[in-house]
Amino acid sequence: MLPLMERELVGPYLSKQDFLDITAVAQSAPGIMAINVAILTGYRLCRVPGACAAALGAALPSFIIILLIALFFRKFAENPFVQRVFMGVRPAVVALILVPVFTLAKSAGVTLKTVWVCVAVALAVWLLKISPVYVVLVAVLCGVLFGKKERAQ
Amino acid sequence: MIYWQLFFTFFKIGLFNFGGGYAMISFLQNEVVYKQAWLTTAQFTDIVAISQVTPGPVGINLATYTGYTTGGIWGAGISTLAVCLPSFILLILAGKFLFATREKYSLAWRILRLVVIGLIAAAALTLCNGENFVDFKSVLLCAGAFLAVWKFKRGPITVLLASAALGLLLY
Repeated sequence: MLPLMERELVGPYLSKQDFLDITAVAQSAPGIMAINVAILTGYRLCRVPGACAAALGAALPSFIIILLIALFFRKFAENPFVQRVFMGVRPAVVALILVPVFTLAKSAGVTLKTVWVCVAVALAVWLLKISPVYVVLVAVLCGVLFGKKERAQ
Repeated sequence: MIYWQLFFTFFKIGLFNFGGGYAMISFLQNEVVYKQAWLTTAQFTDIVAISQVTPGPVGINLATYTGYTTGGIWGAGISTLAVCLPSFILLILAGKFLFATREKYSLAWRILRLVVIGLIAAAALTLCNGENFVDFKSVLLCAGAFLAVWKFKRGPITVLLASAALGLLLY
């Protein structure tokens, strides 16, 4: 969605540099990237009302499309034809989620020294059902504490 | 009250979800499938599939669909709003500060990147159960889809449409 946003926003609303700054800040916050960019762009142009309007505009099309699909799907989920389709789709979904694990590991430069963090997180969340919320909290805490030590040295 | 529960659940997800749509799958699984048991694994997988083939941010799609299945149209609205609200508040009140943490606490950010990879792996592993993998054909479908995306650089829509057609043929 970002390239699309850049094409629409850079020029009439933002300079190229503004857009880059906004994407960088948007990436520093939790939540949905495209919505974060919308919030910041709207805020820059018209403060809080602008942020509300932009976020609403960015979310509404998917909201409506998904609602329509959900309405349709509730009626047809039991249909044997639909059932067969999804029996094929489900394993493929697992593959689609598995691919970014490897692409991200490559781009994040995961090494043998750091891979244990990924493995430990995966096992804790998958097998021990530990909430990802706690995992994120612990990660931030460790990062801040050890980061201080690192800087002190 | 289901609406309050939806609001709190999705607000929490919106507040802690670093790492985009794929990482969000792991948060949702833990809250929606495991803790609240609002959806079965198969239902949840179907939602992920649908949000992959529809336009728009995956996070919005997932929140809307889960909200609708659990609480109707109001549930959908509340969940979608709740998932966006934390970043809305944070960005407007503390956008500059958040950005500054990237340099000041760079170690925390580096660890978060590793955590996100682990979370996405956990999401995929959690989906590997008897509901999604009914027989050896499912395993072949998964392996085929993986190769198509990883090796042959096919997009998610192509892969899901092909696997839908194969589902019709095979089952």
